[in-house]
Amino acid sequence: MMNPGLYHILFLSAALFFIGVYGFLTRRNLITMLMSIELILNSVNLNFIAFNKYVWPEKMDGLFFTLFIIAIAAAEAAVAIAIIINLYRSHQSIDVGNAEDLKY
Amino acid sequence: MITGSTIIFYLLAALTLTCALLSVSTRQIFRAAIYLLFSLIGIAGIYFWLQYEFIAAVQIVVYVGGIVVLIIFSIFLTQQAGEKLAKQKLDRKIFSALAVFCGFALTMLQVYQHNFNNAATTSAPTVADIGRKMLNVDQEGYALPFEVISMLLLAAMVGCIVIALRSKPETK
Repeated sequence: MMNPGLYHILFLSAALFFIGVYGFLTRRNLITMLMSIELILNSVNLNFIAFNKYVWPEKMDGLFFTLFIIAIAAAEAAVAIAIIINLYRSHQSIDVGNAEDLKY
Repeated sequence: MITGSTIIFYLLAALTLTCALLSVSTRQIFRAAIYLLFSLIGIAGIYFWLQYEFIAAVQIVVYVGGIVVLIIFSIFLTQQAGEKLAKQKLDRKIFSALAVFCGFALTMLQVYQHNFNNAATTSAPTVADIGRKMLNVDQEGYALPFEVISMLLLAAMVGCIVIALRSKPETK
């Protein structure tokens, strides 16, 4: 066991990112796909914070990127859930196969 | 030399990864949401461990308190109780796992080959530093993105209301 540093956090965030990608590829339910996207966004945030702390500790750019990503993720989740609920009303299901009917 | 901080880091990382894995693999959607919640709490713990307390607080308030609750409500609105998700085809699972594993191996190979110039860690920025920088209109300030984000949140709110509004029945 080593003292955890930048590489450990990069390992953690890469693992989290690819777990999210796996969920995105295998799930066919829109809400669970949204959860996978949240995992991916969180891994990106973790990366920004880790680089900010270990490589450029005197600057705060990574921290602000994380803050803005969190705000955009909240807006994105709200819009996605509104679309999902609208889709459920018209199709009684939230399978991703029905989502292509949204264009008509 | 194993210190308490090391043990806490590994515990938090294990919690985060285990809950994330369970969240993408369980077949009950409500449990997936709860596992996602614990995974996000684990990430907030890692922010605390890195001494970025403000980000950790924002993570708990926005993700755990906002987004996960929103997801749980939308599950209540769209899912019948006790219904399991449809089983996925085995070949799709295998190919996804293979692709994900290859991507992960490639990424970690690149990361370990690269040598980051570690700076001496200074103290983490305080909330006063963050606030001063966020509302700074100088070259290095973040006042403009801050305002743009507020407009984005307003637009998202209006968009959600318009999209989710129940349209009036056509017959009179």
